[in-house]
Parts: sequence; structure tokens; C-alpha cells
Amino acid sequence: MEIIYILWLRQIKRYLRSKARIIGSLGQPLLFMVAFGFGFGPIFRKAGEGNYVQFLVPGVIAMTILFTAVFNGLEIIWDRQFGFLKEMLVAPVSRLKIMIGRNLGGATIAVVQGLIVLAISFGLGFRLEHWWSIWPALGFMFLIAYLFTLFGTAIASLLKDMQGFQLIMNFLVMPLFFLSGAFFPLADLPAPMLAVVKVDPVSYGVDSLRGVLAGLNHFSLFSDLAVLVSLIVFLLVVASYLFSRIEA
Amino acid sequence: MPIIEVKDLIKKFGDFIAVAGLSFQVEAGEIVAFLGPNGAGKTTTIKMLTTVLKPTSGYIALDGANPVTEKNKARRSFGIVFQDASLDDELTAYENMLVHAILYHVPAKGRKEKIDKLLDFVELLDRRREFVKNFSGGMKRRLEIAKGLLHHPKILFLDEPTQGLDPQTRYHIWDYIKKLNQEEKMTVFFTTHYIEEAEKMADRVIIVDHGQIIASGSPIELKNRTGADTLEAAFIELTGSVIREEKADSLSRMRRRFRH
Repeated sequence: MEIIYILWLRQIKRYLRSKARIIGSLGQPLLFMVAFGFGFGPIFRKAGEGNYVQFLVPGVIAMTILFTAVFNGLEIIWDRQFGFLKEMLVAPVSRLKIMIGRNLGGATIAVVQGLIVLAISFGLGFRLEHWWSIWPALGFMFLIAYLFTLFGTAIASLLKDMQGFQLIMNFLVMPLFFLSGAFFPLADLPAPMLAVVKVDPVSYGVDSLRGVLAGLNHFSLFSDLAVLVSLIVFLLVVASYLFSRIEA
Repeated sequence: MPIIEVKDLIKKFGDFIAVAGLSFQVEAGEIVAFLGPNGAGKTTTIKMLTTVLKPTSGYIALDGANPVTEKNKARRSFGIVFQDASLDDELTAYENMLVHAILYHVPAKGRKEKIDKLLDFVELLDRRREFVKNFSGGMKRRLEIAKGLLHHPKILFLDEPTQGLDPQTRYHIWDYIKKLNQEEKMTVFFTTHYIEEAEKMADRVIIVDHGQIIASGSPIELKNRTGADTLEAAFIELTGSVIREEKADSLSRMRRRFRH
């Protein structure tokens, strides 16, 4: 337990100490909420879809969590470059504990970033469905965060250095996000597009947050939960296998 | 039973053969210097012994455990001070020690005192709350060593531990390691380019070059065999005077990349 705790704490301390990164990573979500929220708001309303800010904010929160979480998983590559990975790898400790501790830290940070975005969104006119919506939302935020920290870990375990970073961002993480329905409603989508959205795991994360925070879901909360949990179980197996094979 | 047993150990990186069939044994309580020119395969060998790299072929046993098939059992038998950095720059000196102590199951009781004692030993106690990123190269090296001495394993691997340290500090550290070796029967397996350290400390010297053992014996034996006055002269006699190129490690590769 203590091993998981100390590796969690390490991630948290690193996060709290990088103020520039905390603030820097809030720029993009803020821009999306302001530019898209107010920019597309009038069209969205005219189309009879209601308030676009209510629709968009859960998607932007999911985005923040997704990026922070994947990034945190990928940070293992930095641990490798700066040598700390070796410190963890030669320790007489199970790989699973190392991975879980590190990933819980990454997921916690991603949830905190998501909560900051939520707090900012209140200033832009976003309102919770119920005051207690925050509790189920926290649960879903954590599931999304943990899932994508695992995802980042699995990828980082396959890479030797940051060379492939752009490739992963542009061909994996960005498509996962943009095709998730974070910006657009899923009703009346062309069938091929809807099929793509349905195989994108981020869609279920976005949908769950939209459901609990704004009462606007497309899938059922139960199916969102089922997809997220089963993917976590699957990735836990894959990532711990890949992580255990790392050489430093 | 020898505490370290290595048989026909081979490591290839593509076409490049880093370790070309090493076989040797180390008895419990021995201090062994593993010497060789740059690129001889010393670090690669230590990485294979410490479960960081998987051998291409060959057999290893550390205190009876095979680092390939019984990784965690093998890991419990050793401690290591790496040649290159293994610190977290964003943590303080104390935090780095604490993470290490927990990863190596140092009991919570007395942990803090032990960390402070070792930080004091490497003269970093008054800087324990400073971030490692603000440390000089020598300070980082001292912290690496303090970290490596936090728990007392059966085997201590030291890969060029004193690189870049002044003679006073080197003497001080070797003194401590010698004491651990005598009091706790700790086996010490180390590499160094300061051949006089090997001459003074080692019970036995193994010299490798091009991934193979070219000589092995006590410092006196090696000096007698080559007719040299010092171990350093014997070393040069055995390995020749051609300067070697080492393959860049990942960190220096990255530094080079970011310089453009």
C-alpha cells in the first residue's frame, strides 16, 4: 500500500510544483469554451438544440481529462530519459504496484484539472443539472482519467523516446477526442460517422459527463459505465504486460 | 555456493555484440572490481545482472535467483548505484531518499533517521529540502550513492560510483563501503575508471574488453603477471592504449537532439 501511496504522491508533488504547466494546460479548454460556446451558440439554438454551453462544457471537461491523463501516462518516457524509470524498475516491488501507484497519481491530476475547468465554466454560464450531480460526475471523471492514464502508459511502454510523440497526439489522441461527439450531438449523424463515434471510447466518457452534469445523454449511463469499466480492465492487463517488459 | 554466477552470458544489440560470452563467479563477501575500457560491456553486464536488460543468451544466478525468470527474487538480493542519473529532479534530496527507502522496504521505524544519517554522511543534510535539479553534478552523484546505501542488500552493484568526485569524497565513500563489506559480509561488485580505487579496494579484479574477460586475479597477481608497478599500468598493458568509442546512452542522444 505504501508503495502505491508514495508513487501517487510523487505524481501529485510534481504536478503541484509545475504551476506553469497547470495554468498552461487550462488555456486550450478555456479557448474552446469561449470560442465555440459563444461562437456556435446562436446556430445551435436556432437549430432547436438548446443551450450550446450546457452541451459543450462536459465535452471540454472530458477533453481536459483525456489530454492530461494520456500525457501523464506518456511521462514514463521522460522518466526513462532522466533515469528515474531505472530506479523504479530495479526495485524489488511488483510491476503492477508501480504502475497502479503512478497511474492513480496521473488520474488524480487529470480529475483535478477537469474540476478546475468545471469551476471556470460556471463563470461562462454553465449550470449543473442538480447540485448533487457533482458526485456521479466525479466518479465518471475518475474512470475516464484512469482509463486514459493506462492508455498512455501502454503506449509509453512501447516507445524509446519522444520521437513518436507528435504521431501519437495527431493520429491517436486528437482523433479520439474530435470524433467523440464532444462538440456535436450524435442524433441524426450519417450512419458511417455514427459508427466511428460508437467505436471511440472517448464518446462514452463524454456522454457520461454530459448525462450526469447537464442531463443530456445519448447512450444510457449504464452503457457508458459498462464500456469505461470493461476497457479499464482490458487495458490494465495490456498495460501491465507491456510495462513489465520495459528495459531501461 | 557463489553469490553471483554468470555463465556464457551474451548480449547483442542488432549486429553489435556488447557482451560476448562472459563466465565468472563471485563468492559471498568478496569485493570485485569489474574493469575495462569504454564500451567493453561493463554497464551492459551490470544491467543484465540487475534485471534491467534481458540477456540474448546465457545463465545468471544472484543468490540462487535467475534475474530473467525470477526477477523479483533476484531484485531482493541486490542494491545498485547506477552510472547515470536515476534521481527525480523535481523532488528534493530527502524526497528522493524517501521514495527509495519505501521502494526497498526500509522499515518505517527509524527510516527518517537513517535517511538523515546517510544525507549527513554525503554532506547533503543541510540541503535536504532543496530540489535535485538545483544540485551540481557532484552533489547528485553523492545523493545517488547515499540512496544506494539506504538498504543493506546481500550484493551491492556500483557502476562507476565515484565518477567526478574529489579524492576526499571518494576516500570517504570507499571507507564506508569497506566497512559494510566487513561488518555485514556484503558482496561488492563495482566498475571504475579510477584504477587505483580497484587496486586499493578489490579482493579480485576482472578485466573485460570487447565483451570478453581478458584477465582475472587479485591486484597483486595481475601486477606480477604483467610486470607492472601499478594496477593501472597492468591494465594498460592488458587492454592496449587505443582510445575507445562508447555508444551514446539515451540521455546524451536526447541532449544532442535538443541542442539544434
